[in-house]
Amino acid sequence: MTNRISQKLQEDKKLLSIYFTAGYPSLNDTVSVIEGLEKNGVDMIEIGLPFSDPLADGPTIQESSTKALKNGMTTEVLFNQLKDIRKTVSIPLIIMGYFNPMLQYGVEAFCQKCQEIGIDGLIIPDLPVDVYNEEYKSIFEKHGLVNVFLITPQTSDERIRFIDSVSNGFIYMVSSASVTGAKSGFGDEQTQYFDRIAAMELKNPQIVGFGISNKETFIAATEKAKGAIIGSAFIKHLTAFGADKFDTFVNNIR
Amino acid sequence: MSYNADSRGYYGEFGGAFIPEMLYPNCEELRQNYVQVMQEDFFKKEFQQLLKDYVGRPTPLYFAERLSNKYNTKIYLKREDLCHTGAHKVNNTIGQILMAKRLGKNRIIAETGAGQHGVATATVCALMGLECVVYMGEIDIERQAPNVARMKMLGAEVRPAKSGSRTLKDATNEAIRDWINNPVDTHYIIGSVVGPHPYPDMVARFQSVISEEIKWQLKEKEGKENPDYVVACVGGGSNAAGAYYHFLDNPKVGIIAVEAAGKGIDSGESAATSALGKVGIIHGSKTLLMQTTDGQITEPYSISAGLDYPGVGPMHAHLFKSGRGEFISITDVDAMKAGLELSKLEGIIPAIESSHAFAILETRKFESDDVVVINLSGRGDKDLNTYIDYFKL
Ligand SMILES: Cc1ncc(COP(=O)(O)O)c(C=O)c1O
Repeated sequence: MTNRISQKLQEDKKLLSIYFTAGYPSLNDTVSVIEGLEKNGVDMIEIGLPFSDPLADGPTIQESSTKALKNGMTTEVLFNQLKDIRKTVSIPLIIMGYFNPMLQYGVEAFCQKCQEIGIDGLIIPDLPVDVYNEEYKSIFEKHGLVNVFLITPQTSDERIRFIDSVSNGFIYMVSSASVTGAKSGFGDEQTQYFDRIAAMELKNPQIVGFGISNKETFIAATEKAKGAIIGSAFIKHLTAFGADKFDTFVNNIR
Repeated sequence: MSYNADSRGYYGEFGGAFIPEMLYPNCEELRQNYVQVMQEDFFKKEFQQLLKDYVGRPTPLYFAERLSNKYNTKIYLKREDLCHTGAHKVNNTIGQILMAKRLGKNRIIAETGAGQHGVATATVCALMGLECVVYMGEIDIERQAPNVARMKMLGAEVRPAKSGSRTLKDATNEAIRDWINNPVDTHYIIGSVVGPHPYPDMVARFQSVISEEIKWQLKEKEGKENPDYVVACVGGGSNAAGAYYHFLDNPKVGIIAVEAAGKGIDSGESAATSALGKVGIIHGSKTLLMQTTDGQITEPYSISAGLDYPGVGPMHAHLFKSGRGEFISITDVDAMKAGLELSKLEGIIPAIESSHAFAILETRKFESDDVVVINLSGRGDKDLNTYIDYFKL
């Protein structure tokens, strides 16, 4: 499958991926955030579809989600905002969101819309790999979407191998047992975990997320892995500086 | 058709475990162990001993004569209100604390709305000497001050849930986040038949002692094990699941589930999930839940905090969808009236949750020789302030 994600993963560099919540800080910031991030050399973007009950997220992303929903963000609004995004943006775009809003939109309709817009993949933390495999895999594939699964330091080798076999893009390595934005910095436990995964020589490259906020943690996370994802730290930047000045943020990371 | 969970935790199309990978090891450890542990002789003995000596089981099955005369049918009350801590919730927390100990956990977390489940959890943690953290919505902490004080006296830490709408669903989110952050030493005691597999089935099994007792108690009193109807209120659905459990596969036993209509189904302030909900995912379970067309979970309303949950357990979603259960919703006004009536006719002040179950007697007619068992899930002490305000007592 030639998908923008697969192509990007072949580039000979460590990838910087940024997560932000669609419709935050203001409803219509979504497109300018994406364009601004690409201009500043970000490799990939996760567009957060906000949910009322984001179980796997810490306070920063909870608050940005609540605000985005208050601003009027919905699945339909997001798709409308992104309608012409491929006229200006060429890096891989991934939608990250919880399963219920997709289920209400209709999974097939959701995937089809993603394909029309030029979305390359989805990250759905609460859609378990076995349910995906049995019920939704063929729909995702039909619409050319990469589905990205999470692993954590607690995930067994056996399950990691299974997730690797089902994945067709990259594996999202959650750096520690935590919700987003909970910890900063890595300890021995993370180093051992990064080493363990590297030694498994998985078919899919790994991108590390959770707990990455600056140059130091970006370098540590990507020593073995292909790239890293920054979420809460970028949301904090948006909160403090608004949706148009990203050069210092990105330059401080690499 | 089966009305119990299959091995993957599905009740028909409902249930399962829609959880982020961070929770997979926690739920998987439970899933692999819960059935086997519950069948161990030692576990069963300890569970039954505590239910008897500590909770005060068996709870009476009481023939409510004056109530029966008024409604011209035979009404029995299953007196869960007489359990230690004042409601059925403790049946589950006793079971789960033993499970947690058996799995080597030393820290307990729980969510609570009105505080009943929080108190029942803090109680068993005190009993076993385990650390206890209870998440409770900031708004509920203000509304339910006496239960907050009880939990503190019992040695629990009450942590305010400050996200979202700051009520039960958000307390549940916070408890789940805590569990993600503490995957090894912590057990999460969920308070109802909700959440990811294996919780709905595990909690239903612990609560099934209710219908197990109804069977032999009814045999003693009526010469037959099976009532014509079992009636229970449904928040998440744990007292109902326990009261129905051993009757689910007998189509001759009518199952009546009573939900909270709040200010009326169409008022926008209601918690009648079967009437207002659509299939979706809440707290890791595929079930009926109240949500916007866009799939955002909405805030329910009921005068009784214990019924104030936007979802319903997957067992009940299946009972509704399959037609096995008859679902009735009752407004605040009718529930309060029924609570007052039970107090005056039988000398029993019910929890407002339980009052909902009694309120169906005004409209749902039974034959004069029908045997109707109503699960009296809790006592009204915790609701005295609400009763006082409402009736200007
Ligand atoms: C007395 C009583 N009944 C019923 C409920 C509702 O819960 P469930 O539907 O799980 O029995 C509660 C919850 O707090 C309660 O305290």
